[in-house]
Amino acid sequence: MANNPGNTQMRKSLAILEKELEAYFVSPIAYAVITVFLLLSGFFFYNILSYFNLQCLQYSQYPYMLEQLNVNEMVMRPLFHNMAIIILLITPLLTMRLFAEERRSGTIELLMTSPVTHWQVTLGKFGACFIVYALMVGITLLYTAVLMMHGEPDFGPILSGYLGLLLMGAAFISVGLLASSFTENQIVAAVISFGALLLFYMIGWLSNFVGTTMGEILSYLSIVEHLDDFVKGVIDTKDIVFYVSFVLFGIFVTVRSVESSTWR
Amino acid sequence: MIEVDHVTKRFGNITAVRNVTFHVEKGEILGFLGPNAAGKTTTMRIITAFLPATSGTVRVAGNDVFEKSIAVRERIGYLPENVPLYNHMKVKDYLRFVSRVKGIDDRNRDSRLEHAIELCSIGDVRETIIGKLSKGYKQRVGLAQALIHDPDVLILDEPTNGLDPKQIIEVRELIKNLGGDRTIIVSSHILPEVSMTCGRVVIINEGEVVAEDTPENLTAKLKGSESLFLRIEGSPEGILSTIKAVPGVMSVTTNGEGGYEVDSDVGQDVRRDLAATLVGQGWGLLEMRPIGMSLEEIYLKLTTREESEV
Repeated sequence: MANNPGNTQMRKSLAILEKELEAYFVSPIAYAVITVFLLLSGFFFYNILSYFNLQCLQYSQYPYMLEQLNVNEMVMRPLFHNMAIIILLITPLLTMRLFAEERRSGTIELLMTSPVTHWQVTLGKFGACFIVYALMVGITLLYTAVLMMHGEPDFGPILSGYLGLLLMGAAFISVGLLASSFTENQIVAAVISFGALLLFYMIGWLSNFVGTTMGEILSYLSIVEHLDDFVKGVIDTKDIVFYVSFVLFGIFVTVRSVESSTWR
Repeated sequence: MIEVDHVTKRFGNITAVRNVTFHVEKGEILGFLGPNAAGKTTTMRIITAFLPATSGTVRVAGNDVFEKSIAVRERIGYLPENVPLYNHMKVKDYLRFVSRVKGIDDRNRDSRLEHAIELCSIGDVRETIIGKLSKGYKQRVGLAQALIHDPDVLILDEPTNGLDPKQIIEVRELIKNLGGDRTIIVSSHILPEVSMTCGRVVIINEGEVVAEDTPENLTAKLKGSESLFLRIEGSPEGILSTIKAVPGVMSVTTNGEGGYEVDSDVGQDVRRDLAATLVGQGWGLLEMRPIGMSLEEIYLKLTTREESEV
C-alpha cells in the first residue's frame, strides 16, 4: 500500500465508481432512463429510415437521383441530431442524484470525513455516470447493424459520430454533476442542469443577431454544434478540445463546489 | 491526542461555536455534553475535518485538521448524528465499500470487516439490506463503519440516540470496551450516558464550554450549597418559618406534601440544629437526608444559568 500510493488513490475513486454504478442499477433509474431513451431513439430511427425508403422508392426510376441518396447523410446524421436532443433531455435525470442524494441522506458526511479527496469522489461519480451513458448510447449501435444488413453505410462517419456523442454526453454529465453539487434536492438539480444544457444548446442561435466576433464565440460555445463535425465524419481537434476542456472545467468547478458546500 | 484551541465557527450571523478550547489525552474517553443545538455536532464536524473552523485550530495527533485533512481523516473514525448509510446496500457490501474508501488494502479487508462486525455484533444481519434494519442495528452498522479502519480516535455523535434501553446499555459497554488505546469523544444530551462511560466531561452550552472536569469533581465543584431533604408532619406555614429561623439555612422550599428541601451554606452542617429546633417546637420530624447534586442538576444549572443571563 505504502509503496504504491497512486494505485491506492485510484482504488478509492474506483470504489466510489462501483458504488455509484450499483446504485444506478439497484434503483430503477438507469433502467427507466435507458428504456425511454431507446424507445424514443428507436422511434426516430424507424421514422427517418421509413422516409429514406420512401425516397429511395420514389427516385428508383432516376438512377442519377438515386446516387444522391446517402444513408449516412440521410439516416445517421438526422438520427444523431435527434439523439442529441433526447440525451439533452435525459442526462439531467442520470446526474441529478449524484451529489444531491448524498447530501440529503447525510452520507456526504461519511465521504467527506473519509480519507478520500474531493477529486476522487467527483471523478468516481463522473465515471459511473459516464459508463451508464455510454452503455445507453452503445445499445443504439444496433440501428447501425440494421443498416449494415440492408445497405452499405460508410462506417467512418458512424464511428466518429459515436465518438462525438460520447464527448458531448461527457460534457452534459459534467454540467449535471455540477448542478447536483449545488443542492440536496434532486428535482432542483435536474431543473438546473436541464436549464443550463438547454441554454448551451440554444446559445448558438443568437450568433446571427450579434456581431461577427461575438457570433463566432457564441456558436463556438454551443454545446451541440460541435457534434455536427463528428457526425459528418470530421474529427476536428477544435471540437475535441472544446468538449474535453468543457468536461474538465465542469469537473473542476464541481470539485470546488463540493469543497465549499460544507463551508456555507 | 486531540487539541481544540480557541475554535469559533460562524454560519452567517449565527455563532454556533464560540472560542471553544479543550484537549483530550491519548486513551481518554471524553464526554461532550450539552443540550440540543449547543454546538456539539458543529464542534465534532470541525474535529473530523468536515467543516472548517472560522478561527482557531484543531490538531489530531499533531496534525492540523485543515492543513493535513487526509492524514487526520485516516486516523479518525466518525459516527455522525445522522448515521450515514446507503439504504439500498447490504450491511456487508456497505462495510466493504467503506473499507475501500478508507484505503484498507485487499489482504486485510476481510479480517478487518469480520472484526468490526464482531465488535458491533451485527453478524446476523450482514446479508440484510440496510434500509430494512431497525434503528438499533443501523446505529451499530454506523459504529462498525467508524471502527473498520481501526482508528486511534473515535468521534461518536449521540451514539445511543433512538435506541431502546437494552441497546443503550450494549452500546455503552461497547464504547467502554473500545477505550484503552483509543481516544474517544462521545457527545450526548443525556447525562447518565456520559457519567457512566466517560472519564472526563466537557459541558457546552450555546457554543461555549461552560464546564470541564471529571464527573466527580464537577459535582463537588459546582455544589454551591448543601441540600437536605426533610419530611415533616404539621402545618406548612409554621414549619417553613421554623426552618428559616435556624442559623445557616439559606432557603427552604416545600413540595406541599410534607416534603421540604433545605439549602444551607457550604461546609455548614445544619442537621443537628434543624432537628433539635423542629422537635423542640413539636413538629413531627419523619425523615431527614442529605441530597447530593446529581450531574443532571449541575447540567441543568449550568445550561439554564446561561439562558437567564442572555
